[in-house]
Amino acid sequence: MNRAMRAVAPLAPFTAAALAAALLFAAFLVAQGFEAPEALGLVVEGAFGSAFAWQNTLARAAPLMLTALCVALPARAGLVIIGGEGALALGALAAAMVPSLTAGWPALPVQLLMALAGFVAGGAWIAASAWLRHVRGINETISSLLLSYIGIALFNFLVEGVLRDPASLNKPSTPPLPDAVLIGPLPGLEVHWGLVWGVLACAAAWFLLRRTVFGFSVGVVGGNPRAALMAGLPVGTLLIAACFLGGGAAGVAGMLEVAAVHGSANASLLAGYGYAGILVSFAARHNPLGIVAGAILVGGIGASGSLLQRRLDLPDAAVLVLQGALFVALLAFETLNRKGARRV
Amino acid sequence: MSETTDGLAFGSLALALLGGALRVSTPFLFVSLGECITEKSGRINLGLEGTLVLGAMGGYGVSLLTGSPWLGVLAAGLCGVLMGLLHGGLCSLPKVNDIAVGIALMLFGTGLAFFLGKPLIQPQAPMLPSVELGAWSDDEQIRSALRINVLLPVGLALAGLLHWAFRASRWGLALRLVGDNAAAARALGYPVVPIRIGATAAGGFLAGVGGAFLSLYYPGSWNEGLSSGQGLMAVALVIFARWSPLRCALAALLFGAAGALGPALQSQGITAGYYLFNAAPYVLTLALMAASWTPGQTLAGAPGELSFTQR
Repeated sequence: MNRAMRAVAPLAPFTAAALAAALLFAAFLVAQGFEAPEALGLVVEGAFGSAFAWQNTLARAAPLMLTALCVALPARAGLVIIGGEGALALGALAAAMVPSLTAGWPALPVQLLMALAGFVAGGAWIAASAWLRHVRGINETISSLLLSYIGIALFNFLVEGVLRDPASLNKPSTPPLPDAVLIGPLPGLEVHWGLVWGVLACAAAWFLLRRTVFGFSVGVVGGNPRAALMAGLPVGTLLIAACFLGGGAAGVAGMLEVAAVHGSANASLLAGYGYAGILVSFAARHNPLGIVAGAILVGGIGASGSLLQRRLDLPDAAVLVLQGALFVALLAFETLNRKGARRV
Repeated sequence: MSETTDGLAFGSLALALLGGALRVSTPFLFVSLGECITEKSGRINLGLEGTLVLGAMGGYGVSLLTGSPWLGVLAAGLCGVLMGLLHGGLCSLPKVNDIAVGIALMLFGTGLAFFLGKPLIQPQAPMLPSVELGAWSDDEQIRSALRINVLLPVGLALAGLLHWAFRASRWGLALRLVGDNAAAARALGYPVVPIRIGATAAGGFLAGVGGAFLSLYYPGSWNEGLSSGQGLMAVALVIFARWSPLRCALAALLFGAAGALGPALQSQGITAGYYLFNAAPYVLTLALMAASWTPGQTLAGAPGELSFTQR
């Protein structure tokens, strides 16, 4: 096989799965009495059909890249983490607290501190799953989702309690961020700077996993934990570090939702980016560079939701059905992959 | 506050907790028994959360259409069978991982339920009846605590039946053999893959019935926030119960009590920290998992083919 073929070959199962998912979705819509060809056309139009659609898609892709890293980095260490939504919630909350403590500071340090606060909060939450796994042997998939539920409960408790802005009457929120620290759009676009952060984070994660000793060690732990122990690698530390970095990425996604989209921490930022990020990472086979493309695809499906709702009167959950069908099809087509079985 | 009123408040809190435990435990009971069957065959289905939500929607819709909540329960079970067949079928393909399929089905089932359940949010479907175990008492609090749903005794009986079947029946032993050592089962001529698919479908049926309880008894309506992780917690509960149906029943009651803590305190006028008390079942699950799992050791009673309990 020549170089180009080798580069494209891994995309074949993915393309087949995407087609299968589209067919599955179309069959489902026909069974419901909807116009399936029109609906599929609208998905493409709503996702990539116009400059407006692209901006909507990219604005959704930004947090998805970061929440997908919350799956991909631990996956390299052999852990299946699905608690990104909770890390996003706590990251958002931690970031939203920073401006009230740093009144009078210039914008940039405040923003960096917000990102750091979100990173640490989200990272600590996911690292807890790795720690429980390493110390007590608890299955990290279950514990991360349970911790995610606990994180969301904590988020609601604090946003509706001590951290609530008394001025937010109908929709409990933390105090609004000062205008100066809000993250604005990219020059000439409607898409906020978070997109750049997301792409840079994916590039950094790729470099970390594929070009550093740390990344190599994490890969050894994920490939064969016993061999890693025999080689004297600090397995527990590596597991916890991979999960901390992944959770940190999801926490930064929460920070971006606060600083670039909602202007404060409130329940509407829990829009399912943590869950959709799982699909993105699996679609990219946990490759950080593939995540950039996967996030744009899944973000596009999400962006088409309002068009489907407006034109065909489909429920807003239509995008969830399509995403679910894509996820199922991707795993089914995994069986065609030439490489051996993957544990994650 | 004097001592007597303190005692009274505690008594009524305990009653509210008991009543809540009997009410809230039923979905845990059904999902955990279903997962118990599936895991005994050597596979784990993490997608029961999606099955639970889909069953809740399907059960509610059919009860609304036909006017019979029992047909609703059956429909919920059939939704679960379909999800179980999908999981079982996909995992039987080479190189497909059961945990990943479970996660996918969790998202797919929830999405399907939200889509198909959109028209069901407003109308009121016929509900499942209650059994008045507290009819002997004049005290309204006792009567309400002991007003149990019809599915609870069914589930408890099923736990006993499964306990017997896993030990003494032909299919129960075949199921355990497949779960403990697939090679040995194959050598004895048992069809490993069909048995596993069947066990996942049966587990899906029970999880669907658990969902019907949510929409047709308590809370007794269909909305998108109906389940909050009960399906996933039930999976963890099976591990805590060490794959014994009787211990599953006990653990389900314990989880029910934890889930009832928030509403019970609220009924006593304690509303501060409502969200935190609602997190009690998750914290309890984590604590129980921490207590029951020993690192570096396979759990006693774990089916040998179950990948994720081995470290």
